[in-house]
Amino acid sequence: MNHLRDQYGKEIEDVLARYPETQKRAAVMPLLYIAQREDGYVSTQDMDDIAELLAISTTDVASIVGFYTLYHDEQAGRYRIQVCNDLPCALRGADDFLDGLCDHLGVKPGETTPDGVVTVEAVMCLAACDKAPMFQVQSYDGIAYHEVQTVKSAVKLVDGWRKEKASG
Amino acid sequence: MAEHILLRHRDNKEISKLPTYRKGSGFSAFERAVTKLNPEEVTDIVFDSGLRGRGGAGFPTGLKWRFMDKNNWPHYVAVNADESEPGTFKDRELMESNPYQFLEGVMLCAYAVGCNDAYIYLRGEFWDLAHELDKHITKLHKEKLLGDQLFGTEYSLRIHTHLGAGAYICGEETAMLESLEGKLGQPRLRPPFPPSFGLFGKPTVVNNVETLANVPLILEKGAKWYRGFGTEKSPGTKIFSLSGNVMKPGNYELPLGTTFRELIFEHGGGLREGRSIKAIMPAGASSSLIVANDVALDTQMDYENVPNVGAMLGSASIIVIDDSVSMDWLINKTVHFFEHESCGKCTPCREGTYWMKNITERIHHGEAVWDDVLLLNDVATNIKGKCLCALGDFATEAVTSSIERFREDFETRVPQSRPKTEVKLSL
Ligand SMILES: Cc1cc2nc3c(=O)[nH]c(=O)nc-3n(C[C@H](O)[C@H](O)[C@H](O)COP(=O)(O)O)c2cc1C
Ligand code: SF4
Ligand code: FES
Repeated sequence: MNHLRDQYGKEIEDVLARYPETQKRAAVMPLLYIAQREDGYVSTQDMDDIAELLAISTTDVASIVGFYTLYHDEQAGRYRIQVCNDLPCALRGADDFLDGLCDHLGVKPGETTPDGVVTVEAVMCLAACDKAPMFQVQSYDGIAYHEVQTVKSAVKLVDGWRKEKASG
Repeated sequence: MAEHILLRHRDNKEISKLPTYRKGSGFSAFERAVTKLNPEEVTDIVFDSGLRGRGGAGFPTGLKWRFMDKNNWPHYVAVNADESEPGTFKDRELMESNPYQFLEGVMLCAYAVGCNDAYIYLRGEFWDLAHELDKHITKLHKEKLLGDQLFGTEYSLRIHTHLGAGAYICGEETAMLESLEGKLGQPRLRPPFPPSFGLFGKPTVVNNVETLANVPLILEKGAKWYRGFGTEKSPGTKIFSLSGNVMKPGNYELPLGTTFRELIFEHGGGLREGRSIKAIMPAGASSSLIVANDVALDTQMDYENVPNVGAMLGSASIIVIDDSVSMDWLINKTVHFFEHESCGKCTPCREGTYWMKNITERIHHGEAVWDDVLLLNDVATNIKGKCLCALGDFATEAVTSSIERFREDFETRVPQSRPKTEVKLSL
């Protein structure tokens, strides 16, 4: 039984159609994003499923997950706030912003809030250096930019997610 | 710039809509190429324009297209939209705000090299952007600008977007191809180069987003018109991504050959009151640090002149550094970046960036002695020139140039210096 195929059969076919028939493996990255959609990480079952779909080994799939930073093999917060504190942003106050946000949420970079809503991470340049301080939010199904931020605006965003969670 | 060639949405916001882009003669160059010109003629025009790659290396675009192996088919185009160099944010603006000009550039390139399937490799963070591009591509199919037998000819073309997943090294062209093939993003040994052995082992042109965005107007207005901008050896305009300690950071499209001074002080509004300019990194975090004296500020930003002041133009990501910044802090940032992004394939880069990170942190936290600075310089020197791809070298540029050119920053960091002896370390 292939859970991913059962769930996303048509979409997976569309993905495969983008690459030459003999080069199915090229679909591994888009398929990993599909696998991450349900709970924000790639489970061992997902890896087996993808391996079967593409006729490669589970180890191959796992090594891809390990290599790229936007794939995760463990569950974290519902939203990952990925703050850029690379050089150009740091020259415009990104480190202070990151500290301020972490203080406010009571976590250190890499940690998740106790309610499981947010994980804060420090990341490398996101191609928005003129809009610092900035972060992206990786959720289960997508990545969105938030530019020219303050701790206040970021906290407001988090409060919104918390309300959303509380109301089910 | 009076009128933009690339950032044309700054003159007309509506250009991001297909009807507006078409009204302004959009896709007429593509139609003319497919119906009236043969692929070699398109390549010749681009060659004559003198357009050079905007991804960093400045390689002549038309020449690259000519290198495609005509005895091996199919041919592919793989557009480099990985844009991950710290300080670079131009391709994103182009694709977001002037998407059809970019796509027409991809289409002209594809036609010129006989490619029927072009891929756009976007960094994973450009998630929303990729989905927007998909919508634009669907519209182009509906208007029969993409698809089979275009304009009643035998020529067919499809464009596919492909999202990366967070790895700077995938901007290196052969790592990008590996990644596109579903493998780890690790560079290949070169030669063979992509025009003979590229995607899926087939001849492939890899070009940067900005490079290709130049092509529609070159085709429409001609090579001579294009050469009216910029310098003889670096024709055209360039998008300079200006960031760091400057009042108005952002993208500025200016002719190649504009001076640092004009960019930073006229367009960028200069520095904050009370601050003075200390250094410039013209090629993002991969750059050497230029001492920002008058000679440097009056230097023209093009592929030939920037090396005269000890750096490269690269992707023209100009990071401005003011006098409040100490270089031990700065290289702690850059080294951290490269250590994180090293793909691990070759030892000098993998181990060297790790050691540079440890030593730099020690220095920055005031726990080092002068020997450590020398050791750091030595490790960097040992990485240089010994790696499979340019990332290894990039990792050392800020380190060695800042130790050489801003020595006092390190001397004040390690006040309790032991005797200054040479330390040798080989990797
Ligand atoms: C470590 C590394 C990172 C790179 N990152 C990018 C990038 O993000 N975008 C890009 O267009 N070129 C990047 N390049 C340059 C590409 O390898 C290649 O030269 C370029 O895409 C060719 O296109 P062009 O001729 O149009 O510039 C990078 C090179 C290296 C060594
Ligand atoms: S130089 Fe670094 S990034 Fe390049 S191939 Fe070697 S280990 Fe990988
Ligand atoms: S350094 Fe933060 S977006 Fe570029």
